[in-house]
Amino acid sequence: MGEPASKIEVKNIKDIGLDEGAARLTPERIEKVINEVIDNETGARLKVYVDTCVHCGLCSEACHYYLSNDKNPVYAPAGKVKQTLWEIVEKKGKVSPDFIRRAAELCYTECNLCRRCAMYCPFGIDVAYMMLTMRRICHKLGVIPQYIQDTAQSHSATMNQMWVKEDEWIDTLFWQEEEAAEEIENLRIPLEKEGAEVMYSVIGPEPKFRAQLIYQAAVIMDVAGVDWTMPATPGWDNSDMAMYTGDNEMMGRLKKEHFETAMRLKVKKIVMGECGHAFRSVYDMGNRAVGWKMPPVQMVHALEFYYDLFKAGKIKVKEKYDKPVTLHDPCNVIRGRGLHEMARYVVNKVCETFIEMTPNREHNYCCCAGGGVINCGPPFRDKRVYSNRVKADQLAATKKKGVEVCIAPCHNCHGGLEDIIHHYKLGMELKFLGDIIYEVMEKPE
Amino acid sequence: MTDSSSWDWSIGKRQIADITQWKETFGYVEEPYVSPDGEKIAAIIKTEDMEFSVCENGNAWENAFDKVWFLRYSPDNRLTGIVSDTAEWTLAVEGEAWENKYDFAWNTIFGRDGKSMLLMTQADGEYSVLINDVPWEETFPYMTNLAGNADATRAAAVAQTIRFSEGDIFAFQKGCYTVAVDGKVWDTNFVNVYEPVFSADSAHVAAQVRTSLYDYTIVVDGEPWPAVWPWVWKAAFSPADGSVTAPVKTPEGWTLARDGHVFWGQRFAQLWHHVYSPNGMSIAAIVAPKYGHWTVAIDGNAWKKTFNDLVTDLVLSPSGRRAACAGKENDRYTIAVDGTPWPFHCDMAWEPVFSPDEQHVAAKIEKDGQFTVAVDGKPMKAQFKNLWNPVFSPDGEKIMIRAIEGSGDKETYVRQVLPLTEILG
Repeated sequence: MGEPASKIEVKNIKDIGLDEGAARLTPERIEKVINEVIDNETGARLKVYVDTCVHCGLCSEACHYYLSNDKNPVYAPAGKVKQTLWEIVEKKGKVSPDFIRRAAELCYTECNLCRRCAMYCPFGIDVAYMMLTMRRICHKLGVIPQYIQDTAQSHSATMNQMWVKEDEWIDTLFWQEEEAAEEIENLRIPLEKEGAEVMYSVIGPEPKFRAQLIYQAAVIMDVAGVDWTMPATPGWDNSDMAMYTGDNEMMGRLKKEHFETAMRLKVKKIVMGECGHAFRSVYDMGNRAVGWKMPPVQMVHALEFYYDLFKAGKIKVKEKYDKPVTLHDPCNVIRGRGLHEMARYVVNKVCETFIEMTPNREHNYCCCAGGGVINCGPPFRDKRVYSNRVKADQLAATKKKGVEVCIAPCHNCHGGLEDIIHHYKLGMELKFLGDIIYEVMEKPE
Repeated sequence: MTDSSSWDWSIGKRQIADITQWKETFGYVEEPYVSPDGEKIAAIIKTEDMEFSVCENGNAWENAFDKVWFLRYSPDNRLTGIVSDTAEWTLAVEGEAWENKYDFAWNTIFGRDGKSMLLMTQADGEYSVLINDVPWEETFPYMTNLAGNADATRAAAVAQTIRFSEGDIFAFQKGCYTVAVDGKVWDTNFVNVYEPVFSADSAHVAAQVRTSLYDYTIVVDGEPWPAVWPWVWKAAFSPADGSVTAPVKTPEGWTLARDGHVFWGQRFAQLWHHVYSPNGMSIAAIVAPKYGHWTVAIDGNAWKKTFNDLVTDLVLSPSGRRAACAGKENDRYTIAVDGTPWPFHCDMAWEPVFSPDEQHVAAKIEKDGQFTVAVDGKPMKAQFKNLWNPVFSPDGEKIMIRAIEGSGDKETYVRQVLPLTEILG
C-alpha cells in the first residue's frame, strides 16, 4: 500500500489564482461581498444548517479526506465548515485575506462535494451546500484556483470546458464518423438532425482527449438502432466547471445553451455520456439556476441508457468480458440519482466476473477528483491522491479477490482513480462501461 | 419575407419523389430536406465511388465531394450544402461549389428572401466570414456567435482580438473579445460577448457583454449601457424607434430594460426570448412568473396558463395582436395561443405558424411516432411518417402539407394543398 498521508507535504501549495486573488483583497471588500452573498443568496437553509449542527462528529467517519489523513480533524466535514462558513457567519464577514486564501483552498481542494457525509449526519446537514456557498463567496472575491478558473473561463468563451472551437468540434465528429464507418459500413454521426429521438451530449474532454468514446457511442447507437443526433453548435457540452467555481450565472448560461440546443433540435431526450458532475449540473443545479425545476428535456445518463438498451434487447453480447471487474459508484449519479442497480445490471450483462468493492452503492467513497477538485490542476494533485488512501484500500481489497479491472462510469472519477492506481501501485486497469460494452457487443460483420 | 404568391396553390396532392426508390438506387441516403415551396426534396447520398453527393427529386448532383453536410434550402428554394473537396471546405449552391475555400466552413445563414447567404470560415487557424462567396478582408484568432442582418448581406460575430495562453486567467479577465461587424471591430474589448443582433434597418448592432467576472450589460455599436446587472440575456431592437431592450436581473427579479434603464414594472423568476411585433408596438417574452412555472408575457402581462416543464417557440402574429408558443407540462407538449392551450397533448410540437390574416394557427405535431398538422387545435385526420412545418397560402384560406407518406419501408414525398375548411370542418 501507499505511504501514510501524514508523511507527505501537501501544505504551502502555490497557486496564482489563490495567491494573487487573495493579494488583491481588502477587508472592506471581503466584508461587503460576504454579507451580500449571505443576505441575498442564502436563506433558511444555511441558517438551519449552521444552527442545527451539534458538532457530534458523526460526519467525520464518512469523509475520505478525514479517514485518509489519519483522522485529522482539519479534514472532518464539520471541521471544514468551522474553518470557513461558521467563522464567516460568526464574524459577520470581518475576516482577513489570509483567512479567505485558506478557506478558498479548503473549499475548492479539500472537499469533493460528494455528499457522503450528509448521509451520516443525524440531521441530514448538507456540507456540500455549505462548501458551495463558500465557493460562491470566493468566486465573488476572485480567489479561485487557476486551473479550474481557466476552465470556467473556457466555458464562458466557448460554451465548453476545453477551449474547443466551433469548427474543431464538428471536425472531430467527422473524424470519428469516418473512423467508425471503416468498422461499420455507412455508420453515421448524424449532425443537426431535427426531430431525432435522442440528442447525445458529451463533455469537453471527449473531443479533446478521449475522442474514441464518441466513436464507441456512435457504434452503440448504430447497432441499437437509435434515432439520434449531435449538435453542430455550441451547446453540445453538458459539463460545468462554472458550477464548481461558484459562477452561478455562467452555470445558468451554459445550461440554457445546452437545453435550448436540444429544444431547437426537437429531440425527446438527451442522452449523456459517462460523466458525473455534468449530470449534477443538468439534473439539479444548472437547470434550477435558470428556473427549470427539472430538466426541461428528459435527461438520461449513460448508465440508464445502457440499462434501457439491454433491457429492450437492443444490444446483444457476443462474449462476456472475461477479466474480473469491480465497479466504482460515481457520487453524482449514485447518491445523486440512484442508478447503482442499473449499473450493476449492465455490468453483470457484459462481464463474466463482477466483484463488489466495499463499501458500495450510495455508501461508496468518492474518487477524490469530483467536485472540481481534479480541475484545480497539478498543484493540488498530491493532496488529492494522498487524501484518498481509503479508495486505494478499497481497490486493493478487490484486487486481492482477483479483480483486474475497475469500471468507473465517470470522467472525473477516471482521472482521480488513474492517479490513485498509479500512485499506490495497484496495477489495475481502468475502463468506462462503454469501453467494455463496445468490446463485447455483437456488431455487424 | 418569402413571397409565396407565385407558388402552386391549386387544391390537390402531388407525389414529388419516391424515397424508397432513392434508397434502392443509392444505398446510402440521409434524412431529406424539403424546399419552402414544397416542390423539391433532397438528401445527401453516397455515389458508387463512395463519395458524397446530393439527390434532389430523384436526380443526383453532377458533382461529388469528399463530404457534404448541412444540406439546407434557402428561402428562395435553392439547395445548399457545405462541401469538402481534398480537405477544402466551402458552400455549394445548387451543386456548384463557391470559389473561396477554407480549412473549414460552417453555420450557413440565409437572408429572409434567400438571395444572400453567409457562413463562418477558418483557414490556418484564422477565422472569418464569407458572404455570397466574398470573404471579409479581416480574420481573427477566433470567432463565434455569427449573426446576419435580415437580408444576410451584413454579418456580425463575437471576435477574439487579443491572443492569450490557456491558463492565463488574468489576461482573459482584462478583456480579449469584442464584436466584428463586416470585419470591423468595436473599439472596446470585454471579458465575454454574446449573441450580436442587428437592428431592423441593419444599421446598428447590439450584444450582451460581461465587463468583469460579475457585471453584465448591453453594448450598442460598441457603447455599453451606463448600468450593469449580474445577469442579462439577448438584446433586441425595436423596429418602431430603434431603441434596444434586453432582459436584466434586478434584485427583485427579472425584467426588461430599455436603453440602459428598467422598462417593465413586472418582475419574474425568469424572462428571456423577447420578441417585437413587426410594428414595434408590442413585446412578447417567455417568462416564469413563479419558479418552475413558464408562460408568455405580452408587454409585461403574463398569461394565466403556465407550463411546469418549458415554453419555447414563441411567435407573434404579423400585427403583433396575437401570440402562440409550444408548451410542455408533465412531459407532454401542446400549443398555446393567446393564453389558451389546445385541447390535446402530444409527444412533440413544432413552432406554431400564423396565417397571414392572423385568423388561424397551425403547427406540426407528433404523437405515438406519427406526425400530423393541427389547425386551431384540431388535428388533421391524416397521419404521416414525417412532415415539415405547414405553410398558409397568402390569402390564408389554404394550407400546404409537405409530408412523407407510406407504410413499412415504403416512403414517398407528397405535396398537398388543402382548403382550411377540410381540416376545420
